[in-house]
Amino acid sequence: MSDTFFTAAPDWTWFIVPYFFVGGIAGGAYFLAALLDWFGGAEDRSVVRTGYYVAAIGGLVSGALLTLDLGRPERFWHMLFQSNNLPGLSLKTWSPISFGSWILLLFSLFAILSALGARAEEGKSLSLRALHGTGLAKFVALVGGLLGLGFGGYTGVLLAVTNRPIWADSPWLGALFLASGVSTGAATLVLLGLRRGAAQRSLQWLSAVDNRALLVELVILALFLASLGQVFRVWLSGWGVVLLVGVVGAGILLPLGLHLRPGSFGRLAAQPMVNAARLVLVGGFLLRFVTLLASEGIEHHRVATGVLP
Amino acid sequence: MAEAMGFFTDTTICIGCKACEVACKNWNQLPAQNGGVKQLSGDSYDNTGRLDGINWRHVRFIEQFEGPYQGRWLMMSDVCKHCVRAGCLEVCPTGAIIRTEYDTVVIQSDVCNGCRACIAACPFGVIDLNPVSGTAQKCTLCYDRLQVGLEPACSKACPTDSIQFGPVSELRQRAQKRVEQLKAQGVNAYLYGDDPNGPLGGLNAFYLLVDEPEVYGLPRNPQLPSRNLAKSSAWTAASAAVLGLLAVVGLRKNRMDQKAGAN
Repeated sequence: MSDTFFTAAPDWTWFIVPYFFVGGIAGGAYFLAALLDWFGGAEDRSVVRTGYYVAAIGGLVSGALLTLDLGRPERFWHMLFQSNNLPGLSLKTWSPISFGSWILLLFSLFAILSALGARAEEGKSLSLRALHGTGLAKFVALVGGLLGLGFGGYTGVLLAVTNRPIWADSPWLGALFLASGVSTGAATLVLLGLRRGAAQRSLQWLSAVDNRALLVELVILALFLASLGQVFRVWLSGWGVVLLVGVVGAGILLPLGLHLRPGSFGRLAAQPMVNAARLVLVGGFLLRFVTLLASEGIEHHRVATGVLP
Repeated sequence: MAEAMGFFTDTTICIGCKACEVACKNWNQLPAQNGGVKQLSGDSYDNTGRLDGINWRHVRFIEQFEGPYQGRWLMMSDVCKHCVRAGCLEVCPTGAIIRTEYDTVVIQSDVCNGCRACIAACPFGVIDLNPVSGTAQKCTLCYDRLQVGLEPACSKACPTDSIQFGPVSELRQRAQKRVEQLKAQGVNAYLYGDDPNGPLGGLNAFYLLVDEPEVYGLPRNPQLPSRNLAKSSAWTAASAAVLGLLAVVGLRKNRMDQKAGAN
């Protein structure tokens, strides 16, 4: 029996599931937008701007969700500063919840700066001209893109650096959440890009990135499940059905099929790119949902699964 | 630093009176369970259930009965282990969890913001949120009593001295003698958490047990949460590199297709 079964659940549920989901989208969208900002062409600018907006809004929403989940939300700043030793910083490089708070703060800051540059590009008010088409803008995109990857992946590392069943029984959750973050970020940009008049070639690249991220996610998911050892038995339950049908079937295999052979999927084939993106988002949400709740609810079903007598 | 202080709990002489639970609740002014309405578990004499934010002591009842006349009770007054290398303290992002001059681990309620990372990090399932304060709470080893030279309320109240308080080095010697005494009587007794070279650098609240650790709800090999940090971070970084590479290669292919189309 894994020693992780003797621990208590932290009740990270209704705010943390959407936080992980939105955070993954925001991180993935910024990373892809920054790549296009650096290496893309003029026709990609619409997607770049959309990516920065998604990241900025996602960063703010993530911060709000994380704060609301605290037992004492008014003390959210204790994550960043030593409350009894101001202005000393609270930072533990060995604690993902600590350095993750800083990643969230810095990521949101860089995302907002890039979004202000994007607004300048569109000639809108409340913008920063110095962050449009300048070396500074490229630098912000570079740092923000790396922070986006960190933001998308740290949530999985946070779960691994606990003593809880499933989460601490595998080192793959960070990689899994990051791959899912990139795929859901690409899917979000496809859906918004279509509405905002993105170039067809940009959308095709996003779809291709999504395909590859889904394949990477599938491989990592297999490694994650294989690494669980006897704890794998936890998935022989309703959570396993959600993982298999919702995450693997609807969230990975079906979108991949729609991308590769759209003709084989009946009504879904009418708008393969849109439907695939929608399914990726559903799968990305269910991945966080099932990973968090399968462990949180372990006390309730560990007897049923025979892991404990 | 003052000498390391702790508890030695001899489970063989615990009678399940729960005086320790009452004394702990009383001294620390912890709220009643279920709003004070009596709630029985229905399948055990243990109605406290588990350690949490409002129960910092819990007398665990292990009822090993195969038939009506054959079996035994095992009773263990459980508490925070005040680990020498504490997982809760390791992950706490606010600095609310500190190590005191007595080598005990205390949560400062005025600093904690209820993020609950410590709950998931504790290998023993000791910590939980106190619904009244909204902060994580657990046994402080009566830090306030220690500072004025008093012993913790639970060990003071224990009528059989199942819970013994004192300098950890002395408690270890006393515990070892007790194990030898029990072994001479044919009892398969051993100490859990007494070894400073063992898991978590030893536990400042350690136990004398007569069955497997799992029977008492204790992990066989408790570990720090940071054991997963390097490996998990490395795989995340590797996947970031793969995803970045795949995206850039795709972008390059996109551009080449574009050029080929233009030509």
